[in-house]
Amino acid sequence: MTRTSLRAWLLSDAPQSRRQASAAAWYNGWLKLRGNTLAMLGLIVLIVLILAALCAPLLATQSPFAQDLGARLLAPGEQGHIFGTDSLGRDIWSRLVYGARISLYIVALVALVAPLLGLIIGTVAGYAGGVLDVVLMRFTDIFLAFPRLILALAFVAALGAGIENAVLAISLTAWPPYARIARAETLTIRNSDYIHAIKLQGAGPIRIITRHVWPLCISSLVIRVTLDMAGIILTAAGLGFLGLGAQPPSPEWGAMVSEGRKYILDYWWVATIPGLAIFTISLAFNLLGDGLRDVLDPKEAGK
Amino acid sequence: MTAIDLSDLTVWFGLGADRVDAVKSATFSVATGESFGLVGESGSGKSTVLRAIAGLIDSWSGDMRIADTPLGRRRTRAFYKQVQMVFQGPYASLHPRHTVDRVLGEVLKLHGFSDIDSRIDRLLDDVGLGKGFRFRYPHQLSGGQRQRVAIARALAPEPRIVLLDEPTSALDVSVQAEILNLLSDLRAERGLTYLMVSHDLGVIGHMCDRIAVMQHGRIVDLLGVDEMRSLQTAHPYTQHLLDSSVRAIRQP
Amino acid sequence: MTNLLDIENLRVRFPTRQGHFDAVRGISFSLRRERLGIVGESGSGKSMTGRAILKLIRKPGQITADRMQMGDTDLLTASDKQMRRIRGRHASMIMQDPKFSLNPVMTVGQQITEALRTHERISRRDAHARAIKMLDAVAIRSPERVMDLYPHEVSGGMGQRIMIAMMLIPDPEILIADEPTSALDVSVQLQVLGILDKLVTDRGMGLIFISHDLNLVSNFCDRILIMYAGRVVEVCQAGRLHEATHPYTRGLLNSVPDLEHPRPRLDVLKRDPAWAEAPSVSALT
Repeated sequence: MTRTSLRAWLLSDAPQSRRQASAAAWYNGWLKLRGNTLAMLGLIVLIVLILAALCAPLLATQSPFAQDLGARLLAPGEQGHIFGTDSLGRDIWSRLVYGARISLYIVALVALVAPLLGLIIGTVAGYAGGVLDVVLMRFTDIFLAFPRLILALAFVAALGAGIENAVLAISLTAWPPYARIARAETLTIRNSDYIHAIKLQGAGPIRIITRHVWPLCISSLVIRVTLDMAGIILTAAGLGFLGLGAQPPSPEWGAMVSEGRKYILDYWWVATIPGLAIFTISLAFNLLGDGLRDVLDPKEAGK
Repeated sequence: MTAIDLSDLTVWFGLGADRVDAVKSATFSVATGESFGLVGESGSGKSTVLRAIAGLIDSWSGDMRIADTPLGRRRTRAFYKQVQMVFQGPYASLHPRHTVDRVLGEVLKLHGFSDIDSRIDRLLDDVGLGKGFRFRYPHQLSGGQRQRVAIARALAPEPRIVLLDEPTSALDVSVQAEILNLLSDLRAERGLTYLMVSHDLGVIGHMCDRIAVMQHGRIVDLLGVDEMRSLQTAHPYTQHLLDSSVRAIRQP
Repeated sequence: MTNLLDIENLRVRFPTRQGHFDAVRGISFSLRRERLGIVGESGSGKSMTGRAILKLIRKPGQITADRMQMGDTDLLTASDKQMRRIRGRHASMIMQDPKFSLNPVMTVGQQITEALRTHERISRRDAHARAIKMLDAVAIRSPERVMDLYPHEVSGGMGQRIMIAMMLIPDPEILIADEPTSALDVSVQLQVLGILDKLVTDRGMGLIFISHDLNLVSNFCDRILIMYAGRVVEVCQAGRLHEATHPYTRGLLNSVPDLEHPRPRLDVLKRDPAWAEAPSVSALT
């Protein structure tokens, strides 16, 4: 198909097949997102980050673990080190690039676990109502009350330090807000005529929840996830900073900031460069999340 | 055989001190093949009666029978094959993320039909939409088209009785005319029984044979359509409704 | 008698991804101290017309016209500040559902006095007294009590009467009513229309009554504009509506089910594309 006819096919108001209908819906969403410059900026930054993480072995100039005590604390640009070296002579640029993998690993894990758990608990509570709703929501409240760092400390004490336990701790404290959002949406949706109509066809609660309620909750959750990502990364960085997350010599950005603390006055780049990386990825997620909200907001979807 | 038989139906919301009776001791019956209208102003309880019959409300007492079979707390699949409902719509009666194909296909699958594809095409033809509408999303349909899809959805299980809750209130006058004609045609073709709720006396007078008038949850009058068309009725409230609808304010 | 309003060749345009969408396509009409009804279905552009007169359409919508004159003010070139002075003081608007047009977090009294004090330098006590008098004029019993109620505590009909009170208290010359009774029960509709009728007559105002209900408008207004696809297809004197000639008007009249004249099938309107292409009928006087 030529380019213009493909575009016309995608923009058609009268799709002729299932494929065309869903392709058109995605394309329209994409156009809306593309209209938002800041969101596109966020998206591009994230794509660059993902590519950097994937191609880390190609982009890094040396191994992130290679120490060179003779080349400690070199300033950015000296001796071929783009961002300088840290206190053990490790190239900061290489560590940054490999560290992106860790950050994205944390993000992916939390983004999969927390919203899914929240979605299930929230929609079941909202749809069922009554005692089940009360029990599930009190259960949610309990987890909401846990301070993230204390829980991480507890996990570390029980299971040992490490990035997986940090992720576990973050996930277990991140899901309650999603449950609340999902429940609130479900309460609204549950009274709609299209839900009544499908009940009148004999649909059971599981079908209604998974095929009718979930598609409408997904938008809010996606938006919330992208906006939360910034916080997740900062928390992971914080845990790393405290030594509870990724363990040395892992190039996790938070740990890098922590290691660079001692040298911040004379050798600012050791802490600041990874700090800027954390800032950039958080900002990118925020911008993307804002743009996604404009696209996915159900009020807009009705037009 | 009576299609619908209600005896002393009371429907309430809330418990104990907060209990509000939306319908109070409603009694009437609808014969098979008849078109019966339920009129009243907002808060009269007319939509609540329909929802109670459909099984969407749990808190009721009294006796409800469909085709002489009494209804209990829960509705069976067999019930849904016999009784269907068209909602007011058109903006909230279709799932915003499901295509027409998905909506109709799901209904047919739930009722165990196998030749789903051909049935979808036939349903869309029956309601005056073509096959071209099959893969559209609700936001790509006009109000009238959405309501046609809602009617197709209600007809998919091949019911005998259709409950209609203000099916044309939210539509433009010209679109309303098309939908009312469609509903009349479908009823004639398939021998359906209609129980229709509306606040619009003109619509009810056009579509129905017999009418019950509700006020504050009670049925206050039962009349035939001829009496209504004469514009002189026995009951003062019915007369009041007629007067308000037919004659608007006249200038001096 | 000079016209209260003169509109020539009004256009309202919205840019969309697929080009432009013209909601109103070149209509012309005048308003005297009369009741002008604008009737149309959804998408006809009638509500947009009402909003365009008060320049209530936000970017990216564009309003263009050859002439938009209210008395001796040129609306086309009026600045935002001038428009703010006009809205409420010289021209007011009532909308369909008081649930959505009354501020839910302010009491009735606060909203009415705010409307008044925006346009006049008047003490709070005097404003309160005027508000009570106005509530009385819209047939609200115990106005003192109602002043302290919140919008969700009043019924639909009362909410609409409060809306009317609020909009008429600054004594405007023109009132635009956009489907003022569509959300109300039938018996309440008559009451609200009666109040509107009395107030408009007593004050010698010009009224633009926008509605989809042809019969209602024909009973209430002096002149009627029938709109279709952004243009005026016919202008009628009320009371002579049954003599209308345009096929769209006749179609609308015939598609309403009439209790007094039952028919087995309602006439379905066959839309002729030529109606949208024909130039707008001018209702200038």
